[in-house]
Amino acid sequence: MDKKRYKDLVNIYTPKENKIYNILKAFIIGGFLGIIGQFVIDLLITYGEIPKNEASTYMIIILIFFASLFTAMGFFDTLVGKARAGLIIPITGFAHAMTSSALEYKREGLVQGIGANIFKLSGSVILYGVVAAYVFGIIRYILLGG
Amino acid sequence: MTIKFNNVYIEDASVVTGPYEKNGPLANYFDKSYNDLYFGQKTWEQAEVKILTDSVDILLNKVNRQKKDIDLLVAGDLLNQIVASNYAASSLGIPFLGLYSACAVTCQGLIVGASMLSNKEINNCICAVSSHNMAAEKQFRNPTEYGAPKPKTASFTATGAGSVYLSSKVSPIKVESGTIGKVVDMGTKDAFHMGAVMAPAAGDTIYQHLSDLKREPGYYDLILTGDLGTYGKKILVQYLKTEYGIDISKNYDDCGTMLYDLNEQPVWAGASGPASSALVTYGYIFNKMKKKEIGRILLVATGALMSQTMINQKLTIPAIAHAVSLEVAE
Repeated sequence: MDKKRYKDLVNIYTPKENKIYNILKAFIIGGFLGIIGQFVIDLLITYGEIPKNEASTYMIIILIFFASLFTAMGFFDTLVGKARAGLIIPITGFAHAMTSSALEYKREGLVQGIGANIFKLSGSVILYGVVAAYVFGIIRYILLGG
Repeated sequence: MTIKFNNVYIEDASVVTGPYEKNGPLANYFDKSYNDLYFGQKTWEQAEVKILTDSVDILLNKVNRQKKDIDLLVAGDLLNQIVASNYAASSLGIPFLGLYSACAVTCQGLIVGASMLSNKEINNCICAVSSHNMAAEKQFRNPTEYGAPKPKTASFTATGAGSVYLSSKVSPIKVESGTIGKVVDMGTKDAFHMGAVMAPAAGDTIYQHLSDLKREPGYYDLILTGDLGTYGKKILVQYLKTEYGIDISKNYDDCGTMLYDLNEQPVWAGASGPASSALVTYGYIFNKMKKKEIGRILLVATGALMSQTMINQKLTIPAIAHAVSLEVAE
């Protein structure tokens, strides 16, 4: 049997993932997380008397804290598995990736273990985040003059 | 390449598992099960060493032998440098051959041990395999606490170890013959669809075995693959029908679909890992053979020879399957 025919055979017996359902789920859960974030910002501005531009930074720190805490408590992976992109794409996914790597490699030492592996999953996000910021910064400078 | 063995018997077997396997439908057929995944050790890798050592220790007790009485230990697992087997062998102190062919190592070990025994190079031998869900996740996929979503075709590495004691003493189960498979690569790249990667290797080995020995599929009461899972199983039946005109649908099952309750447990397409074939065969199937409910089986352990490095280099995943024919001794 050639590879092409085998691929067709495999496709017949491979279940399709329900993309529309997954997209909707990610949209609703991710959106809900956005609402929570906005709620936290409003709380900080109203009751914490924190300026608006600083409040969003604090909100991010709070979300990172809880995502990391829940990862360490051992149930966030189940939530992410169910919520999928709804929890992976927001900042919670980034925190989850770092904390889970740190937990996994802590037995292999501070340098060779945690140090070398903590960005195993999230390193790409940092690298291409910085590259993208640089590129868009230049575009913005050319178009808008800074 | 099929070898017929002379006077090779499985005197006894032992099976040790983790908690997921204990919660599955075959719990009654295991010698020992742990309630957590660390087994009192500090890391996943050390836990796998522990479960493999446990399985050999239990087996030695069952056959009433000391470590010094054993001529050869043949063992394999999934971890890099087969560390579980190496470290278990280090503490057991038995002459040791370490093997790797991913999940096909269950049958590879049996073939190596049975061949040497058949040629009277050794008097007895223990063939052992192990896998550990978390150790495998960490090595092949993501950190274990990382909840990456998986497609329906993904499999769940079984946690456990199985060992058999081979000798020429007439015992209930006979190792009749074995077929060494070829590495097959049908161009599948999806590391979350191991069933599709391995099914052609299983198909080719089953065909080779049957044609070498001039047997029909019906010769066996059960043809049993190691870890193709729900979808790989369907692919194999269709592959054999289309490619070789062989129909195995009546007497075929897959260990990967038997170890867990596929509807209740979060295991996607089913169990994988060397422990999948070992736990089901050495525990459940041997029990049925000893009761003479099953007479002859063809165990086809399937292995995806997957490496993250090669997948990153955009290469396809090769697979291998080895078959061993086991029958109730007359």
